[in-house]
Amino acid sequence: MLNVGKIEEGFVLDHIKAGQSLSIYHHLRLDKMDCTVAIIKNAKSEKMGKKDILKVECDIELLNLDVLAVIDRNITVNVIKDGEIVAKKDLTLPTTITHVLKCKNPRCITSIEQELPQKFFLADEETGLYRCQYCEEKFDRREL
Amino acid sequence: MPRHLLNPLDFSVEELDQLFDLANDIEANPQKYAKVCEGKKLATCFYEPSTRTRLSFEAAMLNLGGNVLGFSEASSSSASKGESVSDTIRVISCYADICAMRHPKEGAAFVAASKSLIPVINAGDGGHQHPTQTLTDLLTIRSLKGRLGNYTIGLCGDLKFGRTVHSLINALTRYDNINFVFISPEELRVPDVITDMLEKKGIPYKEVIRLEEVMADLDILYMTRVQRERFFNEEDYVRLKDFYILTADKMELAKKDMTILHPLPRVNEIAVEIDDDPRAAYFKQAQYGVYVRMALIVTLLGIKLD
Repeated sequence: MLNVGKIEEGFVLDHIKAGQSLSIYHHLRLDKMDCTVAIIKNAKSEKMGKKDILKVECDIELLNLDVLAVIDRNITVNVIKDGEIVAKKDLTLPTTITHVLKCKNPRCITSIEQELPQKFFLADEETGLYRCQYCEEKFDRREL
Repeated sequence: MPRHLLNPLDFSVEELDQLFDLANDIEANPQKYAKVCEGKKLATCFYEPSTRTRLSFEAAMLNLGGNVLGFSEASSSSASKGESVSDTIRVISCYADICAMRHPKEGAAFVAASKSLIPVINAGDGGHQHPTQTLTDLLTIRSLKGRLGNYTIGLCGDLKFGRTVHSLINALTRYDNINFVFISPEELRVPDVITDMLEKKGIPYKEVIRLEEVMADLDILYMTRVQRERFFNEEDYVRLKDFYILTADKMELAKKDMTILHPLPRVNEIAVEIDDDPRAAYFKQAQYGVYVRMALIVTLLGIKLD
């Protein structure tokens, strides 16, 4: 059994589908942040069989977790302060999301003007459907 | 912040009523409006050729006593040097009071509006939106039928790729008691996203393959062109383009007061012999296009009328 130590402040993202942790690592832009990250792959889980876990040691104000709800609303987010779980964060779909998804429509203005921010808005809360703010093309979440 | 028109649904039903009232007053009293835009300039920024829409905008501004400037293709603009839409509109904002923009890329007018200091009218952005065509269609229906609800409308031809048709259907769902009849070959059926939306809103519709089947039920027939550029191969285009041609024989099945609309240009989907039929309203529709653009320019410029 692999042991990864406690973190003092940050997040523990639990119940990530096995194999998805690296993708989440990139979507949260953790590669760009100067913080300690533990990526645990294929941990045993009673509920899921196998799961991934991410432990991120950082100032909890600094990390924007909006994208997590878009990827998978079943991920558990534990907020850690002073080495203890102080809250479990509910994942709700953000009404707009910027710099996370990318429009694949070749007719979209963002396809020729790359400096434009990639913006999406929540078009249908029930289904979690996002559309590009510019061309309104829908985003297929399976691409994440 | 200036007000823009990017999507036909940007205006509420009440705002559209006011706009159409103004357009009808312009139609009835053109002299009253002949100088209301004196000293104002409309920039027509057309990154792809569209003679009809551009001339309609220019005629609208000239009818109001204003001036026009602009370009009619990307090669004669700074876009050919790599200038972004955002930069272009910032510069145009210094030269003109209002801008009509046509761009082949979807969302271009949205980008322009987000940076513009002057009102931006989306004059078509790729296959996405063409709101002034929809406003033209609505004004034509309201003016000729006296109402925007309570009728059966048939939409015929290319219902799959036709942005005009999708836009009109979306706009009409805000009015009461409209029955939609979609007439198209299987290959060019109206997309599921439209039929799903109608079902969700409980709006009745039916889909048929033959125009003759439903002709007698229609109060309005909206014809569309089967566009060559929508097809991957010439064979499919040739096979389908003549599928739905409106002829005098078919018109015999129609109601005496049915109205025929078409966004134009027509290829051969309406036989020339129909042009003299009093039910043919597509050239009148082009005229309403000028009135609605006049009303829109006056409204977006916030011009106070006596």
